[in-house]
Amino acid sequence: MKLNLAALRDTLGYQIALLGAVALLASLLLTQASQLTRADIAAAEARDLQVSLAQVLPEGSFDNALAEDTMMLDSPQGQVKVFRARLKGKVTAVVMKLSPIGYAGPIDLVVGIDADGKILGVRVLKHKETPGLADQIETSKGRWIFSFDGKSLLDPAPKDWAVKKDGGVFDQFTGATITPRAIVGALKRGLELFAKEHDRLFEPTTGGAP
Amino acid sequence: MNYWQISRDGLWDKNVVFTQMLALCPALAVTSTATNGLGMGLATTAVLLCSNALIAALRHLISPDVRIPVFIVLIATLVTLVDMALNAWLHELYKVLGLFIALIVVNCAILGRAESFASKNPVAASALDGLMMGLGFTLALIAIGGAREILGSGTLFKDAHLLLGSAFSFLELTLIPNYKGYLLMILPPGGFLAVGFLLVAKRMIDQRSARRAQEAADSQAVAAQA
Repeated sequence: MKLNLAALRDTLGYQIALLGAVALLASLLLTQASQLTRADIAAAEARDLQVSLAQVLPEGSFDNALAEDTMMLDSPQGQVKVFRARLKGKVTAVVMKLSPIGYAGPIDLVVGIDADGKILGVRVLKHKETPGLADQIETSKGRWIFSFDGKSLLDPAPKDWAVKKDGGVFDQFTGATITPRAIVGALKRGLELFAKEHDRLFEPTTGGAP
Repeated sequence: MNYWQISRDGLWDKNVVFTQMLALCPALAVTSTATNGLGMGLATTAVLLCSNALIAALRHLISPDVRIPVFIVLIATLVTLVDMALNAWLHELYKVLGLFIALIVVNCAILGRAESFASKNPVAASALDGLMMGLGFTLALIAIGGAREILGSGTLFKDAHLLLGSAFSFLELTLIPNYKGYLLMILPPGGFLAVGFLLVAKRMIDQRSARRAQEAADSQAVAAQA
């Protein structure tokens, strides 16, 4: 049996069949696993989203299901998803989801903005930046992301909305400039979009019931 | 099969980083702290154990001529499965380890062990080889990460509780209080420096023990003659 197999292994047909079989098996396994895990991954990410959305808003400032009260805004960078925080049906603040391209792919972040255009908080949801260098954008690894709290499009002035290396006021990390630059740029564009769409966002009639 | 020798090879004699000089890319890239090294090491060990066992089990079916693509497909599939499973069912751990898992696909040590060990040996021996090579890799990454972290930021195992749970927060030490940090060690060149000096240290230990063994053999020979 073993001898037969050894002889068979050297034939071209066997090798083609082997490669095909392995690829087929791998695809089957992966599609199965993907089906199996999709719902759980989506649920886990939705939980993360609700938790992070709540983090960028003051406690008790809303009483609706944030993750479901959404709106899509058009921006030059593509569509931007906005979640509206309501207290007794009235929109008090919005949370914008931005995905600037960092050093190693998109950085998913959320930013809470109050009715006056002031940043309530910023959190990074998902990123693939270099561990040990640029992962200080996570709250568990650094305080940097808090430096945006209370900032708006006028404070600092538009020309100062950049990392220090580019002449702005925001710190970059040693060894990682691209990540902070991407985040600062995205927040600035987000605030500009917010200012442009302000009236539509805070319009009382549209959107779900409180 | 000599299981003791397999363990010794994996942990020390044929250490992935310090002897085979493989997997230097992940070894240099993630070891800015000992905790990062530990995370990368453990994730790699899990994949290495599975890939070695799987490839050893299939070794009679795989034609030598097309073995490389087969190994690569199998390894990439395993890594993706681990990635999806962790993301779905151990989401908290995934948030910490997730960054490292995608990097494992390009870890040449895994392909190297499939090629040089698992394709020629039975399942149990291959699984042990995978485990020991993985642990040796983990120890090497902890050594590099620890050296860089102590010299670079004066701490050891910072943020270990994120990886291992709060029960392990006793690992987190501040060795040099009020240390301003030595940035060079945190940046990529620090990785090369740490690997270089640790390599010298390992070679010196190896040479010394070889000399001792030689001397012992010589004196035995003299005693036998006398």
